Amino acid sequence: MKMKTSRAVILTIIAVLLAIYILFPFALVVLNSFKTQAAIVQNPISATGASFKQFASNLSAVVNNKNFSFWRAFGSSAVVTIISLVLLAVFGGMSAWVICRNKTKWSTVIYMTFISSMIIPFQVVMLPLIATFREVGKYIGLGMNGTLPGLIFAYCGFGGAMTVFILTGFIKGIPYELEEAAAIDGCSPEGTFFRIIFPLLKPTIVTVTILNGMWIWNDYLLPSILLGQNNPNKTLPVAVQAFVGSFVKSWDMILTAALLAMIPMIVIFLIAQKHIMDGMVQGAIK
Amino acid sequence: MNENTSGKKALSMALLIVGFVLMLAALYFDITKNYAGLGAMRGMFLVLGALMVLAGIYFIPTVLHHRAIINFIFLFPLIFTFIVTVIIPMFVGIFYSFTDWNGVFYTKMVGIENYQAMFKDPAFMWSLLITVLFVIVNMIMVNLVAFLLALLCTTKLKGVGFFRAAYFLPNLIGGIVLGYIWQFIFSNVLTKILNSPHSALATTKTAFIAIIVVYVWQYAGYIMLIYINGLATVPKDVLEAAQIDGASDIATLFKIKIPMIAATFTICTFLTLTSAFKQFDVNLALTNGGGTVRGFMGKRLSNGTQMIALNIYNTAFARDQYGYAQAKAILFFIILACVSLLQVRISNKREVEM
Repeated sequence: MKMKTSRAVILTIIAVLLAIYILFPFALVVLNSFKTQAAIVQNPISATGASFKQFASNLSAVVNNKNFSFWRAFGSSAVVTIISLVLLAVFGGMSAWVICRNKTKWSTVIYMTFISSMIIPFQVVMLPLIATFREVGKYIGLGMNGTLPGLIFAYCGFGGAMTVFILTGFIKGIPYELEEAAAIDGCSPEGTFFRIIFPLLKPTIVTVTILNGMWIWNDYLLPSILLGQNNPNKTLPVAVQAFVGSFVKSWDMILTAALLAMIPMIVIFLIAQKHIMDGMVQGAIK
Repeated sequence: MNENTSGKKALSMALLIVGFVLMLAALYFDITKNYAGLGAMRGMFLVLGALMVLAGIYFIPTVLHHRAIINFIFLFPLIFTFIVTVIIPMFVGIFYSFTDWNGVFYTKMVGIENYQAMFKDPAFMWSLLITVLFVIVNMIMVNLVAFLLALLCTTKLKGVGFFRAAYFLPNLIGGIVLGYIWQFIFSNVLTKILNSPHSALATTKTAFIAIIVVYVWQYAGYIMLIYINGLATVPKDVLEAAQIDGASDIATLFKIKIPMIAATFTICTFLTLTSAFKQFDVNLALTNGGGTVRGFMGKRLSNGTQMIALNIYNTAFARDQYGYAQAKAILFFIILACVSLLQVRISNKREVEM
C-alpha cells in the first residue's frame, strides 16, 4: 500500500511539472502584458513593474493600432468562421446524404475524388487559386480576391472533403427504413433530409464543426494570400502577423496582442472543453 | 391538385426564364467588356440568375425525376466550390509548373526546366533535406512524448481531467501566435534564465532544435488525446488477467497495450507525418527561415531553417518566380503522397502481423 502511495505522489509531481512546463509560455504572456518594454527586457520572469495601469495602456495601444485593429480583425475572423462552419455543416450534410444514399457510379466517383483530394497540400493549389480567383473576379465582376465572401467560398471548397468524409461514415449507420417510412408517409426527399436525417446528424456535425472551426479560426496562410496583409478586413492571425511586422521586438505590444488573439479560443475551450477534446479525437480516428 | 401542379409549372418556367436571361446578360457584359453602368452589376446578375435557375429546377412538377433533381441541388454547392478552389487550381497548377509563369501571365513553355532547376538549387535542396530531417525527428519525438503523456493521463491520478486539458491547451492556438511567443521565450527569457548572451534562434543548429521543441510542445497534447482514446479500448479483463498472472507493468505495456493499439499508432504516425511536412506557421513566425549554412553544395546559404513550405512561399511571393514555385509545390505533393501511401501500407502490414 505504501509503495502505491509513493508511486502516486511521484506521478502527480511529474504531471504537475509537465503542466507547469506546458503552461509556462502562457503565464509569461499574461505576466508580461502587464509590463513596459523596459521592464520586460530587464527581467521577463519577475513581476516587478507589472501593474494594471500598464496593462490598460498596453491594451489600448494594441487595440487602437491601425495595423492590428483588434475588434475589426476579431469581427472578420468570427464572421468568416461562423458562416463557413454553418455552410459546411449544411452543404456537407446534404452532399454526404446524396453520396451515401445513391449507390451509382457517379456518387462513387465524387466520393473518391473528395477522399483523394485530402492529401493535396495547400501549397500545390495556393498560387493557381489566387490566379483563378483573380480571373473570375475580373470577368464575372465578383470580388473573390480580398473579400470575405471569397474567403468563405474557399473554406467551403477546402473543408468540403473532410466534412463529407466524416458525415458519410455516420449516415451509413442510419437505418434506411427510416427514410422509407417517411417516403411512405408522403414526405419529399428534401423533407426527409431536413426533418429526419439532419437532426440525427447533430453529434457528428458537432465533431465536424470543431475540427473545421479550429482550422479556420487559426488558419494563417489562406487569408494572408487571399486578403493580403493590408486588407482592412484581415482575420486575426493575419492581423497578428501584420502587427508584429510593424513593431520589431516591442515585446510589450507583441505579447499583449498575442494575449488578445488567444483569449477567444481559450474562452471557448473553457466552455466546451469536453466537446472540443472529444471532437478532435473523433475526427482523427475516423 | 391539378391547379397546384400548373401553378408550380408556371413558377418553375418563370424562374428558369428570368434566371437564364440574367445569366445571359451577365455573360453579355463579360464578353463585350462592358464593365460600367449595368455591367458593374454583372456579378450580381450571375449569382441571382444561377439561384433562380436552381429554384426553377426545384419547382419542376415531376414525381419521377424529383429525387434526381434534389440530388443535383444538394450536391451542387459543395461540388461547385470544390471544383473552383481545388480541382481547377490543381490542373492549372500542373500546367503552370511547365511555364515561366510570373503570377499574372506566362510568356513561354519551358518544359521541365523548372523541375531541373530545383535539383541544382542548393537553397531548395537544403530546405528539402531539413524538412525530411524535421519530419523524422518530429514524428519520433511527438509520438514518444504523446504516448508517455497518455500513459501518465491514464493512471489513477487525481485531477487527471485538468492535466489532459492543460497538455492539450497549446494545440488550440494558431502557429503564428505561438511562434512569436516562443521567439520571445528563446531570445529574452531563456537567455535570462541561462544567463547566456546568445539566443537559441541565433545559430542554425539550435534554431532548428527550437522549432522541434515548439512543435512537439504544440502537437503532443493532441496526439496524446488520440492515444488516450486508443488505450481506453484495451479490454479491462485482459489487463486484469495479466495482473493476476503476475505480469509486470512494463511487460503489460509492451506485450499487451502497445500491440493492441497498433491502429492508433498508425493514425498518429500518419497525422504527425503529414502535419510536420506541411509545417509553415511556426516556421514563419519563429525563425522566418533564417540561419546561415556555410558550404552546402558549394554555396553559402542564408535559409538555414527554411522548411519546404516556406521555401515555396518565398519563391513565389518574395522572388516572384511563380512557375518555379509551382513546380516545387508539385514535387512537394508527389513526395507527400508517396510517403503517406508508403506509411499507410507499412503500418497496415504490421498491424495484420500483430
